Amino acid sequence: MARRAKGAGAETAGGLLLIAPPAIYALLLLAAPLLLLLTYSFLTDGYLEILREFTWANYSEAWTNPLYRGVMLRSLGVSALVTAATVLLAFPVAYFVSFHVDPARKSTWLFLITIPFWTSYLIRVFLWKVILGYNGVMNAGLMKLGIITEPLTFLLYNVNSVIITLAHAYAPFAILPIFVALEKIDRSLLEASQDLGESKIVSFLRVTLPLAMPGVVAAVLIVFIPTIGDYVTPQLVGGPEGRMVANLIQLQYLRLDNYPLGSALAISAMGIVAVISLIFLLLTRRYIRGPK
Amino acid sequence: MIPKTPPASAPTMIEFRDVHKWYGDYHALRGINATIREGEFFSLLGPSGCGKTTLLRTIAGFEGISEGVVLLDGRDMADVPANKRPTNMVFQSYAIFPHLTVAENVGFGLRRQRLPKAELAGKVEEALTMVGLRGFGARAAHALSGGQRQRVALARALILKPKVLLLDEPLSALDKKMREQMQVELIRLQRQVGITFILVTHDQEEALVMSDRIAVMFEGQIAQLSDAETLYRRPNSRKVADFIGTMNFLPATVLNESDAVVEVEAEGFGRLSFGADQVADDGDAGTAIGFRPEILTLLYEGQAWGDREVSAVVEEVVYYGDMTYYDVRIDGSSKTVRLSARNVFGRPVFDRGVRVRVGWNPGALILFR
Repeated sequence: MARRAKGAGAETAGGLLLIAPPAIYALLLLAAPLLLLLTYSFLTDGYLEILREFTWANYSEAWTNPLYRGVMLRSLGVSALVTAATVLLAFPVAYFVSFHVDPARKSTWLFLITIPFWTSYLIRVFLWKVILGYNGVMNAGLMKLGIITEPLTFLLYNVNSVIITLAHAYAPFAILPIFVALEKIDRSLLEASQDLGESKIVSFLRVTLPLAMPGVVAAVLIVFIPTIGDYVTPQLVGGPEGRMVANLIQLQYLRLDNYPLGSALAISAMGIVAVISLIFLLLTRRYIRGPK
Repeated sequence: MIPKTPPASAPTMIEFRDVHKWYGDYHALRGINATIREGEFFSLLGPSGCGKTTLLRTIAGFEGISEGVVLLDGRDMADVPANKRPTNMVFQSYAIFPHLTVAENVGFGLRRQRLPKAELAGKVEEALTMVGLRGFGARAAHALSGGQRQRVALARALILKPKVLLLDEPLSALDKKMREQMQVELIRLQRQVGITFILVTHDQEEALVMSDRIAVMFEGQIAQLSDAETLYRRPNSRKVADFIGTMNFLPATVLNESDAVVEVEAEGFGRLSFGADQVADDGDAGTAIGFRPEILTLLYEGQAWGDREVSAVVEEVVYYGDMTYYDVRIDGSSKTVRLSARNVFGRPVFDRGVRVRVGWNPGALILFR
């Protein structure tokens, strides 16, 4: 017994040694800046310097100023819509690849789905500008076809274009986890459901969908969490009314040089995302308790 | 107790008429003709790839057929989808829904009947009791053992009172003890509910133990369809004889033949004559006589038998406790044959190298030609 315990101790030490470099890395590059951010958010903004005086003023400004509150709510709304659109569109794609594509071809399909990642995010956003712009592909096409006589202006520089662009950018992130969850479903379960008298549609609702839920939950979180803080897309295609919280933080930091308020906004956004994600996880936990 | 075959006059439950199935170029079912009776325990037995599971799935409705007709209780099943057929299946993997409890699994197919809660719970509990899982309803399905999953799968299928229960290799995932126990329970259950059971298995012993009748399949065709005893005692071809249990073969040459009798010269046995009912197909393996290990009797010293005996030398002894297997070479034959003898208290097992007398019975021999 004693020897085994000693051996286990050595193993633990070895394990700690192995995880030490990434742990230190994560600590320095994630936790430290985060702590700094947290500290800033409680300090007072001087004109060109930061005064070391504790204050709640930044948070009260962030949460009560209608401008900031409005942008925060808009970010949440955009993020929710993007998540809903992405996951709803990703599910049929994942389902098709998992259930209707010849197994030998599945990897090709996955490969094709990831192709958008080959170009930079920035370029993809610019391409949407080309597509949705005043003289863009969409308007030119519709005008050539005679469907419209003058270019549509609601396509670009508003919330719609932000949602379209983000939903496209995050599609593979939603398709892949749903695909994995669908792949894990034993096909005989669907036969069993039909054998027990249920139609294909009801079998989908009673068997496939509940078993795919872990993938759906993962997809929702993977899309929702990063989109709420997205900076590039709203900056490039959002226009004034498509601005989101990240743009506001950038404004505070780099334009107005107000680190404390910027930090308070950042920490608030993070807290809100964390709380929403936790509530979502709690609501869906009965689907994601792992079998086996 | 093994239930005996329901009378041949029992009504037909399933009928296959010249059923063919093609997968692209692969001819999986090659003209299946058979009838399965009401209340029968029927087995489809064969090596993997012989089409037995495909045939079962055509009954369930998971596979369409390319040609022919499948009649279930007199009704053509061609346009009836799987969810509308009066059959239920126990899958090889059991296909227990992992996201549901045991009770939800068992009650899965009842939901469409929209029963009051109490009635549903009562039926589920009744079904669970029938398979020996009373009180397991609230458990998570993924926390069950293999044997318990199997019982849940059975309860889930039987609760719908199907006309036919289909079992796709249901015991292959269980260990030996559990398998033997489940065999007996399945027989008991079949007699209790009285419906037709169709079992797919590659285990000939399982088929012999459980079935009223067995269809042995090779390469998409039924090679022989009969009750267990006929299958074992009177295989109609060398292939079936080889697949079911152990069969010894000794080369022979035909001397004379008439309509009723074939006379042969067999290695070790000399001149023998066979009635027409003792002749089976040799499948191009050459004319030979065949016999099961237990139908030749090793005679101990002083034991009387009569003139139908040959002498032999024991070359190998395999002791099994209740039985002993002997590989013996009958004088004048080129190869050894395997004999079995029940061990009896007070009588020693024969040693290797010993010369023994072997008693035989002409009626139990089969001629393959």
